[in-house]
Amino acid sequence: MTSTETRTAGRLGDSPLRPDGTLKVTGEFAYSSDLWHDDMVWGVTLRSPHPHARIRSIDVTDALRVPGVSAVLTAADVPGENAVGLEHLDTPALADRVVRYQGEPVALVAADHPETARRAAKRIVVDYEALPAVTDPRRALDADAPLVHASHEDNLVRAMKVRRGDPAPTAPVVVALDFEVGMQDQAFLGPESGLAVPDGEGGVDLYVATQWLHVDQSQVCRVLGLPPERVRLTLAGVGGAFGGREDLSMHVHACLLALHTGKPVKMSYARDESFFGHVHRHPAWLRYEFGASDEGELIYAKADILFDGGAYASSTGAVVGNGGTLGLGPYRIPSVHVDARGVYTNNPPCGAMRGFGCVQAAFAHEALMDELADRVGVDRVEIRARNGMREGDLNITGQVIDSAAPVAELIRTVRDLPLPAPRAEDPDIRELPGGASNTTHGEGVVRGIGYAVTYKNVGFSEGFDDYSTARVRLEAVAGEPVATVHTAAAEVGQGLITLEQQICRTELGVDQVVVHPKDTGVGSGGSTSASRQTYVTGGAVKAACEAVRTTVLRRAAASLQRTDLRLEGDKIVAESGEVVAGLVEVLEEPVEETVEWRHRPTSPIDPETGQGNAHVQYAFSAHRAVVDVDVELGLVKVVALDTAQDVGRALNPDAVVGQIQGGSAQGMGLALMEEIVVTDGHVKNPSFTDYLIPTILDMPPMQVKVLEYADPHAPYGVRGVGEPPTISSGPAVAAAVRAATGKALRRVPIRPEHITF
Amino acid sequence: MRIELTVNGTRREADDVWEGESLLYALRERLGLPGSKNACEQGECGSCTVYLDGTPVCSCLVAAGQAQGREVTTVEGLRDGDDLDPVQQAFVEKGAVQCGFCTPGFLMSTKDLLDRNPTPSDPEIREALAGNLCRCTGYEKILDAVRAAAAERAR
Repeated sequence: MTSTETRTAGRLGDSPLRPDGTLKVTGEFAYSSDLWHDDMVWGVTLRSPHPHARIRSIDVTDALRVPGVSAVLTAADVPGENAVGLEHLDTPALADRVVRYQGEPVALVAADHPETARRAAKRIVVDYEALPAVTDPRRALDADAPLVHASHEDNLVRAMKVRRGDPAPTAPVVVALDFEVGMQDQAFLGPESGLAVPDGEGGVDLYVATQWLHVDQSQVCRVLGLPPERVRLTLAGVGGAFGGREDLSMHVHACLLALHTGKPVKMSYARDESFFGHVHRHPAWLRYEFGASDEGELIYAKADILFDGGAYASSTGAVVGNGGTLGLGPYRIPSVHVDARGVYTNNPPCGAMRGFGCVQAAFAHEALMDELADRVGVDRVEIRARNGMREGDLNITGQVIDSAAPVAELIRTVRDLPLPAPRAEDPDIRELPGGASNTTHGEGVVRGIGYAVTYKNVGFSEGFDDYSTARVRLEAVAGEPVATVHTAAAEVGQGLITLEQQICRTELGVDQVVVHPKDTGVGSGGSTSASRQTYVTGGAVKAACEAVRTTVLRRAAASLQRTDLRLEGDKIVAESGEVVAGLVEVLEEPVEETVEWRHRPTSPIDPETGQGNAHVQYAFSAHRAVVDVDVELGLVKVVALDTAQDVGRALNPDAVVGQIQGGSAQGMGLALMEEIVVTDGHVKNPSFTDYLIPTILDMPPMQVKVLEYADPHAPYGVRGVGEPPTISSGPAVAAAVRAATGKALRRVPIRPEHITF
Repeated sequence: MRIELTVNGTRREADDVWEGESLLYALRERLGLPGSKNACEQGECGSCTVYLDGTPVCSCLVAAGQAQGREVTTVEGLRDGDDLDPVQQAFVEKGAVQCGFCTPGFLMSTKDLLDRNPTPSDPEIREALAGNLCRCTGYEKILDAVRAAAAERAR
């Protein structure tokens, strides 16, 4: 065996351990809420108690008198433009004369102890004049609805039309339903937090948990009135994200306080504040109709989808875009008529959450597909296989699906996975609905099975310039080649840093890869969202490694006076296979390359027809859920939640499975328990006591079947992984509960009273 | 007020502690031990779990003053020198750590479980960890890690 055949562990296709794993199990990993600085003070936020009100006046006198308080700031103290937002600059950093939702930031306090700051905040006197609020999104576009933003002519954020095929289609079989999806929270565990450190020269360094450093930076700069070189961001440890960290939270506030006091400022939300501190998944109202042949082949589909955007747009426009272009599911449909709208209301702002516009629609199209199957007498799995998209099909926007679309295989795969054993004669009560509460020993418990198959776009769509930047440096350290990879792409727990190392090891043949801290010292890595980082930042790191390799070989060619060279492992090898140099021999000077990498461009869709190549890649998944339902008490126990997903190529198989398991749990949560309850614009359950996420008792064992149909257009053939499981799991669970109970159940989360009454 | 307590085997004290502060706050902000986490600060998520005189507690629900004169063990005290505890090792190796914010609490609850019950069944593991929330993993790899840690400790 020649030395060139030695293979380092931790390359693509392996599942190396996370580089931050040891730090995370020893308590040494520095999350954003763990940061500490000599002489730091604490910042807190005063928030609006009203969903809609005019601010007549704010009196901070009493708050400033509290010993230990170093600053109290309002909109009047904003030095730059008081406007942020991902799509529209419609969101004040601090409310200016009007508040548009309960929980909107109104004032800031800095003090030497967080309790001091909280008490001082209570002494700020805000004189509010309550205004009529729009709290039912179904009424938001009525002519007499109050305007959420006086500068807009109505409360519409975005309306999208998709039209295709016969404008007046008919079909022998017609099924229809209305569906409603409640407001889900990302419920990441690490609270919004960070540390802003003034540099003494009018600039600031912000250490923060986020999903996209550069889009944060540009928004913070706008409000501070500072250029980007004076507002530097570094990613602090991120305790989960799931879309909830795409928008700003405490970023601007901590910087304002730091620049005002001249001291480092730490902010860290408590859980109740976190429920007001980030956007949520849009609640949705969906009306669907399928027309089909007597054999269940779809002839047409109609959908009307309404998303409640809440008080500020956040990413509502893009969510509408996804709902509109993807909301009919992964099916072949000749004629299509979709209207999707997002509206402003005085409810909590909604924006990104894992699954992004597809999650809501999936509940409706999958419930209706079951109804169609039953109506025409076709098996629920087979009707999906029969209508499922295949590679080469056109989707509803007229885009060719130009890589694998294994809908039929996915749904049949989950059907064919082993089923859990039937319930025992004398079951362990911990395995039953109600568990150790001892509410049943099996009486009244009915089992049901449900299926769903769904799809989603990967990456940013509709013509967005979606790119990532990677800088890779290769140098000799103590006689060994060491690569350093520097991107600004956020590691939020998903394992991007592991993957960046794997790519460098694979492309450069080195063992040691250092992941540089994520910061704005390198170009944008784009957002850690839309299941895009492995594809896009992975693509950028690959391209940067290739550039490094080219430079190394050019250098070797110059010094060795030959051009037939290639890099194999850490050796430079001639065409004959002869090792002519070690890599370190050409690394007297480090080699460093920075590359901006883009996926294939997408296009805006036609505003009248909704036609166009809106998306760069599609990811498909299927779930089968098995539930036991206590039909007398309405309690549900999910017994099994099995899935199949095409991931293109699993670059880190263990991490892929981890994403699928975690994503499945979040979808299940929306089906059965997770909802922010909003009444008249007021959030009723901002705590983990009242907003329930699945515990280890709620989650069943999960069989995960990973298919790998490489996408020829993507780096290494990858397909985004993170979001699909969250889309297909919930509808499968809801279908299983319907199967067990015989109830229509046209709303999620399904509550006990929906089953028992 | 001043508090004196033993943390991870070392005598520690903190001055100017406000009476309303939790043990979690004192550990994180006064004693330089931020390993115990602040995910909910109301006893629902388990991320702040520490041992108080050997008993697992949510340190967010314990007043700092209640720890006066007592022994506290945090996640920072789990490892033995450079060697990770088998529970820590298993969580790393089995992919039970994603964002990791829940991890310190899971480690403390798991170690307590295995100290009481070295060979727990799956229902026993689920019951013992029902007070710890994880949002990333769906718990499957956490179960894998607990089973692996139990096996390693039995070796």
